[in-house]
Amino acid sequence: MRDRTHIALAALLLAVAAGGPFLPKWALFLLTIAVAKGLVALGLMLLLRAGLVSFGQALYYCLGAYSAGSIGRFFGIGDIFVQMALGAAVAALFAWLLGFLLARYRGIFFGLLSLALSMILYGLLVKNEAFGSTDGINVLPSTLFGIRPGEGALRYVVALAATSVAVIAALLVHRYMHTPQGALAPAIKDNEVRVEYMGASAQRAIHVIYVIAAALAGTGGALAATAVGHIDPDMAYWTQSGEFIFITILAGTGSALAPFLGAVIFGIIHTVAYDLSPNTWQMTLGISLLVVIVFLPDGLWSLFARSAKARGAA
Amino acid sequence: MRHITQAFAVSLTAALTAAAFVPAAAHAQAIKIGVVTFLSGPAASPFGVPAKNAAELMIESLNAGKVPAPYATKGFGGTPVEAVIIDEAGSSTTQVTEFRNLVQRSNVDVVIGYVSSGNCLAVAPVAEELKKLTNFFDCGTPRIFEDGSYKYVFRTSPTATMDNVGAALYIKDIKPNLKTIAGINQNYAWGQDSWADFEASIKQLFPGVTVKTSQMPKLFAGQYNTEISTLLGENADVIHSSFFDGDLEALLLQGAPRGLFKKSMGVLTTGETAMHKLAAQIPDGTLLGARGPFGPYAPKNALNSWFVKGFEAKNKVPPNYASYQMTQAILGVKAAWEKAQAANGGKRPSNEQVAAALENLTFEGPGGTVRMAIGKGHQAIMETAYGMTKTVGGKITVTNVKRYAAEKVNPPEGVKSADWIKAGFK
Repeated sequence: MRDRTHIALAALLLAVAAGGPFLPKWALFLLTIAVAKGLVALGLMLLLRAGLVSFGQALYYCLGAYSAGSIGRFFGIGDIFVQMALGAAVAALFAWLLGFLLARYRGIFFGLLSLALSMILYGLLVKNEAFGSTDGINVLPSTLFGIRPGEGALRYVVALAATSVAVIAALLVHRYMHTPQGALAPAIKDNEVRVEYMGASAQRAIHVIYVIAAALAGTGGALAATAVGHIDPDMAYWTQSGEFIFITILAGTGSALAPFLGAVIFGIIHTVAYDLSPNTWQMTLGISLLVVIVFLPDGLWSLFARSAKARGAA
Repeated sequence: MRHITQAFAVSLTAALTAAAFVPAAAHAQAIKIGVVTFLSGPAASPFGVPAKNAAELMIESLNAGKVPAPYATKGFGGTPVEAVIIDEAGSSTTQVTEFRNLVQRSNVDVVIGYVSSGNCLAVAPVAEELKKLTNFFDCGTPRIFEDGSYKYVFRTSPTATMDNVGAALYIKDIKPNLKTIAGINQNYAWGQDSWADFEASIKQLFPGVTVKTSQMPKLFAGQYNTEISTLLGENADVIHSSFFDGDLEALLLQGAPRGLFKKSMGVLTTGETAMHKLAAQIPDGTLLGARGPFGPYAPKNALNSWFVKGFEAKNKVPPNYASYQMTQAILGVKAAWEKAQAANGGKRPSNEQVAAALENLTFEGPGGTVRMAIGKGHQAIMETAYGMTKTVGGKITVTNVKRYAAEKVNPPEGVKSADWIKAGFK
């Protein structure tokens, strides 16, 4: 089976570019938010391949969002790409520093330590009245290369910018997964001692993955900030991290495309449940995750992988 | 792997299309109101659900033409209204997404909602972008119209500043020799702002007062014994708290056996939402706030008695201030809608026309007169009232009720609340 992820990604970008103007505006917004969350889930997927579950990825999502919000507030910069680049850089820097600590831990210790770190950020932001405490602050309206798109085009421009960045990110992650370094991740999950015995450093590999995952989450956070137009400390709260894990598990770890599929499906289930059962939408979400876990233990992506395999064999 | 590409593209398209068709386009001519309030989470029981119940009662009664004058016309100006109810729980990202869905997918004509100040701040610029008339019914932060300027966004309830200034004025009236104050507030925006306003107001009214302690426990901490010990030790004349529901309940339950609000006078700015449920735990002589002339402080008039009777008949409990605020928000939009419709020659008015009519409007709610007097005509002011609790035959009542005119407890147009308090209420 030849790998056509590149083509799939290019096709996806083309589809959004060509189909975007015909989609209703709310769907474009849903897509943008799904891409933002998909970026975070993409990072989580990388960690998950190495057998690590971060219960605190919202830390970097929130850092990215507040970086984007801050350059808007203090320097008047509202450019989507500058915000995303800064979000990624700030998140990566923090992850590089914290990685020296976290890369030593596995399993529940890694999970809880990451959770604790994100809750520290939450606590700091709640106490910070300059950033509006729990009420948060508004983010400048998005611009692109110094141009502010008109009201009608704004959602399309943001969605397209988001998709482009996501496609590039997915492409890079896809490439990375197929480098020797990237291929270490499943090996670490299977047998870390053996990886070390082969002469590779598991700790270093995990540190790298951790920084990549954080940069992706920072990008996603900055994107969410500029799209939503508002940031608050809840972006670092553990329930937000839980939502990212939900998306990652829903999607599965089969491909760099999977997290985005997961995020789109999650967004749709969420909004439909909100619309149809305002009192019991949480139950709808819970049941759909249970159904996926029971019937598709490898996530939604296994549907595609399975059908492709079946056809490949035939 | 071409199949994967195709399958992915197909499923993406299918899923988005499916979502597009989910909400059925209901009666084209009815006026659709998006109602957003907490249906789950800690804010649901004190605010969200009582507000939702009020919205349902009002919409049902308006369509039946049963509301007393001046709201006797059916629906809004004769057109029936229907509600699309959405849960406010979840992040502000969720709320902005669902606001867009309400406007662009469910095609609501107006949105009335939001308890959380964070959600109000997040939604306001989006409402402006989508040019959709949006009326906030409960959230308290004055920042919305002090930091921003909107055409389509309104708030028909007074800001939280009024609650704390009102409490301070009441204390001035009954305790002219106040020496010390203390506070226990939740460590998040609502608690921080409430305490800041109260402290600043008290310092204006009593220049020599000492702040003994300001306890800021974590939101929904649930355990307040350490804080209660500190408060008891400090023995201040009054203890201010903007706690609500679960936290208020915990504070009262844990504080009652230790005589917390017996030693010091309790000032509970949102205590009204808990007054019936926790009657046994609130000692007599506690200052009880209802965020305006609502609940026990509502005036005696035909509209209010009709509202209380109808609400109790339907929900078996009396309406609390969130119910009043929701009712007021719906009636404000109705008044503006009908004014705009009359100006439009009896034809259905546009959002712009209704917004123009709501600006600087004065209308009557079950809590009394509401004037859209500040925030460039987008922010309501009302009189406020405070009273002290007294248990009579197991039922809690308020006595010694004092009323403060709207101008006395709200800043004038164009002045920020914090600056107004610091300048000595000028």
